[in-house]
Amino acid sequence: MKKLLTGNEAVARGVYEAGITFAAAYPGTPSTEILENIAPYKEEIIAEWAPNEKVALESAIGASIVGARAFAAMKQVGVNVAADPLFSFAYTGCNGGIVLVSADEPGIHSSQNEQDNRMYAKFAKIPMLEPSNSQEAKDMVKDAIKISEMYDTIVLLRMTTRICHSKSLVELGEREEVGKKPYNKNPQKYATTPAYARKMRVRVEERIKKLKSFTEETPLNYFEWNKKKIGIISSGVAYQHAKEVFGKSASYLKLGFTFPLPMEKIKAFAAKVQTLYVIEEVEPYMEEQIKAMGIKCIGKEKIPNIGELNADIIRKGLLEEEKPLIECDTSDLVGRPPTLCAGCPHRGLFYELSKKKNIIVTGDIGCYGLGVADPLNAVDTVICMGASVSAGHGAQKALSKHGDHMRAVSVIGDSTFFHTGMNSLLDIAYNQSNTVTVILDNRTTGMTGHQENPGTGYTLQGEKTKEIDIPTLCRAIGIDHVKVVNPLKLEEVKTALNEALNLDEPSVIITRWPCVLKKHSDLDIDEFGDYKGLCEVDKDQCIGCKKCINTGCPALHFDKESKTVKIDKVQCVGCEVCVQVCPVHAIKKVGE
Amino acid sequence: MTEVKNILLVGVGGQGTILASKILSTGLMEAGYDVKMSEIHGMSQRGGSVTTQVRFGEEVYSPIIGKGEADILVSFEVMEALRWLDHLKPNGKMVINDYKIPSVPILTGKKNYPKGVIDRIKEKVDTTVLNAAKIAEELGNVRTMNIVLLGSLVKAMGLEGIDWEEIIQKTVKEKFVHMNIKALKAGMERL
Ligand code: SF4
Ligand code: SF4
Repeated sequence: MKKLLTGNEAVARGVYEAGITFAAAYPGTPSTEILENIAPYKEEIIAEWAPNEKVALESAIGASIVGARAFAAMKQVGVNVAADPLFSFAYTGCNGGIVLVSADEPGIHSSQNEQDNRMYAKFAKIPMLEPSNSQEAKDMVKDAIKISEMYDTIVLLRMTTRICHSKSLVELGEREEVGKKPYNKNPQKYATTPAYARKMRVRVEERIKKLKSFTEETPLNYFEWNKKKIGIISSGVAYQHAKEVFGKSASYLKLGFTFPLPMEKIKAFAAKVQTLYVIEEVEPYMEEQIKAMGIKCIGKEKIPNIGELNADIIRKGLLEEEKPLIECDTSDLVGRPPTLCAGCPHRGLFYELSKKKNIIVTGDIGCYGLGVADPLNAVDTVICMGASVSAGHGAQKALSKHGDHMRAVSVIGDSTFFHTGMNSLLDIAYNQSNTVTVILDNRTTGMTGHQENPGTGYTLQGEKTKEIDIPTLCRAIGIDHVKVVNPLKLEEVKTALNEALNLDEPSVIITRWPCVLKKHSDLDIDEFGDYKGLCEVDKDQCIGCKKCINTGCPALHFDKESKTVKIDKVQCVGCEVCVQVCPVHAIKKVGE
Repeated sequence: MTEVKNILLVGVGGQGTILASKILSTGLMEAGYDVKMSEIHGMSQRGGSVTTQVRFGEEVYSPIIGKGEADILVSFEVMEALRWLDHLKPNGKMVINDYKIPSVPILTGKKNYPKGVIDRIKEKVDTTVLNAAKIAEELGNVRTMNIVLLGSLVKAMGLEGIDWEEIIQKTVKEKFVHMNIKALKAGMERL
């Protein structure tokens, strides 16, 4: 049966068909939907959200060592977090087959950087596969598992946004039940103590040698002969873009297995074509290796290494062709920057923070990163997941040391706190900086689309579980001043902030209220009730001061003609944040 | 048919472009075409601009539609039509939903919603304007606006031969099937 699947859905199906029994991930665009689509196979596969990518990979490693087929998925920056276990596990090798997906995001749609994780395969010396459509995404999970078991190594399956999120036809297959391999105690294989690791180091090189022959033979790397004037070496989605432009007017060497590269095949291909192009997205990963072999080719001098690739870019770069476009005056087009949702529980905190003078707000990865934007302009920095708390610590220590009275406030979400923020808070408690850490607990992982996390009381596969109590956890870590507030109550937020800023010790404020877009669990309904309603502006009372507009709620609209504010009924949820900032009490709750 | 056709649906997060293109792609797949569909969005749930692209034909390679390549552009929102206009072929068709969603700089009064967008576009390309929100509301639910637009797309692309009712039955929740079929028909008629 054929189905239209996204690359992510196809990988999930591949995991199922490959007989994998353990899968773990931390949500992150564009990889999130992989685990979400594995979760329904409850009978066959244990699928878990781990608190971070390192933990996800390490748990999959454990499953592999005892003999199960295992899987982990993450976005490109997640691999940085998981790099530590990855490099060591590359030495030990596996037992049950194991695949790691890196979903890279060329074009930076919702990440903090653009990194080409093909470099990781070369760096960690592990085999890599790159699918170029959904069918291949599914099939390559199965290929990767086989390669993993055959060559005793973890395998990297590298995807990119356009493979993850575009749908194409996939032929579904059956699951292969393989059971679990036996586990035999073998510290010489699995314990990377220096004496053993030095031996492993040699085995890694031997393995690379074997993989070098494999890459020449595997049908994953194949020729497509057409006219020989132009020859194209390509992989992943870049191959599809290349075919879009050149069709049958060029010959191709399509590479599905890209570390190690099939140098003999490449040489043979180069010898037969007149002009050789290497077409790849982002970095010249293949091009550099090909050029290092002394083979002449054209690549990044014509195709930029910044941003997502498409057919237009190739057409322009290599053929100097441009399509005729419709010209129209677009000078008054207004941007559509993402914004905190109407009724977002983070708004109250950011509104209060934006009024504070002489503070630096270190932000983090999640919806609350949007606190950077107009009109709140509350956040100063965003580095990487979990960095807000430690950056706040360092900033505060340096400020205090230099006699600067500026204060550091770190904001971090619940899921991000569990990810790596906890460790940083421990650093604060231990090294005692008087930072204020605000944990924005919206009872879910908001940005990636509402995944469960250790604080929500449910697992990925819908089981009820222990719910971690953040205040207790913070106290246990060593923070004495911990306060929980309702972020929709501005007075409460303000008081808590003032108290915290007056302290000479570290403190934590937890803003606890569910994300408005979240489907409420039984636990949420018990705790928060059905709070949603609707607010309205009395237009006779409104003086058009725009104070409410400054909260940044997209349901509020300043009407230039009447010089008053209006509330969009469809979006407003009656959170009453605007009600509290209106100086003339023109806004009222009108419905439950 | 060997030539690949390109359909571009553009709108704002939450307008249902994704469901519409899901129904569309499923229909095309069942009609025997090779289909690729791509969603392009950043943090779109938070009010950003969203596009979904559907390419179909005998064999489709790239999953994305470049500038000057779309055969038809269905814009779920007025300003988005202008933003994506350069993706339309010079002889392509434009369908605009006469529905405005101001973005944050407009809401706060810093910028103005561009004026005369529809007229500007009409001057350049073959344009159909419909008020899908009103049509959907008359049918009983504004939320089927996306399916009304899908209906007009089906008509404009000459895809009436596909059994869309069956596809809707398969894709949407049972209690919404009837309403969605009505919406689809209305969209086909009003074009
Ligand atoms: S998704 Fe939730 S947390 Fe994110 S901006 Fe919207 S309301 Fe806030
Ligand atoms: S009550 Fe005010 S701030 Fe809250 S969602 Fe409605 S308009 Fe926005």
